[in-house]
Amino acid sequence: MDHSAGMPVDPRVVEAMLPYFSQQYGNPSSLHSWGNEARKAMEDARAKIVVLVGAKKSEEIFFTSGGTESNNLAIKGVAYRDKDRRNHIVTTTIEHMSVVNPCKSLMREGFNVSYVPVDKYGVVNVQSLEEAITDKTILVSVMYANGEVGTMQSIKEVGEIAHRKGALLHVDAVAATGQVPINVENENIDLMSISSNDMYGPRGVGALYVKMGTRIQPIVHGGGQERGLRSGTENIPAIVGMGKAAEIAKAEMKAESERLSRLRDKLIKGLLESVPSSFLNGHPTQRLPNNANVRFSYIEGESLILSLDMLGVACSSGSACTSKTLEPSHVLLAIGLKHEEAHGSLLFTLGKQSTEDDIDYVVDALPDIVKRLRAISPLTPKELLI
Amino acid sequence: MGEIPNADGVGTVGNPVCGDLMTIYIKVKDDKIEDIKFKTFGCGAAIATSSMITELAKGKTLEEALKITRGDVADSLGGLPPIKMHCSNLAADGLHAAIQDYLKKKGANK
Repeated sequence: MDHSAGMPVDPRVVEAMLPYFSQQYGNPSSLHSWGNEARKAMEDARAKIVVLVGAKKSEEIFFTSGGTESNNLAIKGVAYRDKDRRNHIVTTTIEHMSVVNPCKSLMREGFNVSYVPVDKYGVVNVQSLEEAITDKTILVSVMYANGEVGTMQSIKEVGEIAHRKGALLHVDAVAATGQVPINVENENIDLMSISSNDMYGPRGVGALYVKMGTRIQPIVHGGGQERGLRSGTENIPAIVGMGKAAEIAKAEMKAESERLSRLRDKLIKGLLESVPSSFLNGHPTQRLPNNANVRFSYIEGESLILSLDMLGVACSSGSACTSKTLEPSHVLLAIGLKHEEAHGSLLFTLGKQSTEDDIDYVVDALPDIVKRLRAISPLTPKELLI
Repeated sequence: MGEIPNADGVGTVGNPVCGDLMTIYIKVKDDKIEDIKFKTFGCGAAIATSSMITELAKGKTLEEALKITRGDVADSLGGLPPIKMHCSNLAADGLHAAIQDYLKKKGANK
């Protein structure tokens, strides 16, 4: 149940990709028929992304190497384009590191960045957001949904505010891609980062939606592919795969999101009811269908993960010990958790292969694991040790 | 694993903010560690190192126990990844803190 870390590529996607490795391996920039074949495959895939996100035309979708690059392109590409007139960016305290770090990098170059806080559920404070935007603000960047605590934002409202105050809205939709219906036109979105591997597509490819007329410049320079915005020989097999994944996601989204939501709620309810001193992280209803993030007082996440791993269950945690930087998750701290509460959080992300039996298995196994770890912990109050 | 009520020495190291908190309890007789228990809030390595140090220290004289290093703990576990070495450091510190606590109490009772 750690789909946020890695999802299997859908077999239908693999099948769609295969011919483009050794048979139809043309370069879309070539003028001959082999090149044309490749270009057609790429444009077909692009058209499928257009349908997935509700864009107006293919010219608004640009392929990149993934969500991280799309976020970098959106933020830096827009910031550099307008830096002489405006140099302020507004974002939130719960963004992914591929948004946080480009902003930090821009700060070192003289840009100003404001970080709008979120409430205890992880919902952006729209009043603070409005106040943070000035006439120097070029871009507002708010994620569609947070992949750690699952909370979904009211993007349409955020976009309205950004536009009213003259700024563009970029949305990191990586965690939400393929899970919930998104319409860039209706939701006031100017730029949007889309992931392939988060919707059972291949890794190493992603896309950036750029609304017609948005001023942006490339961050990767070269042969001028993707209409100059993203140079580099196109990864045709991966692009074809992403297109197929998008097509499948669009077709199966309603049924799958309903199924996952039911499983998610069963897991959350089961854990909160069977383990004392356990709490849900993130919004109870405005949350991603596949995301269950629960914290357990007095114990630590890595030891929970290892114990579950021994029983064949994979998940992740916001604890410091499980992060490369030995810092607890900035998202959990941003929603107001104390350090020790962040350390005791466990994230389950469900997927196509998750079944009701899986949920029952985890709900059955976890209470004893928690009990054992609580017996070892000096923080556990006497009442819970019985 | 657990607490020793009326322990002769108690050492608490680390803090929950960092994600690691260990408490070592010792019972001392004739300058030897007669019994030793631990309680830990922390990752797998933290629990393992604190558990291991109680095994290494039990039955030893206080002088021998004070000589147990984080390297000894890591070796007894078959090695630790470098990023987890600070956990074994904490375990050794916890043991030493418990011994210091005992010595201080003993000194105060003289």
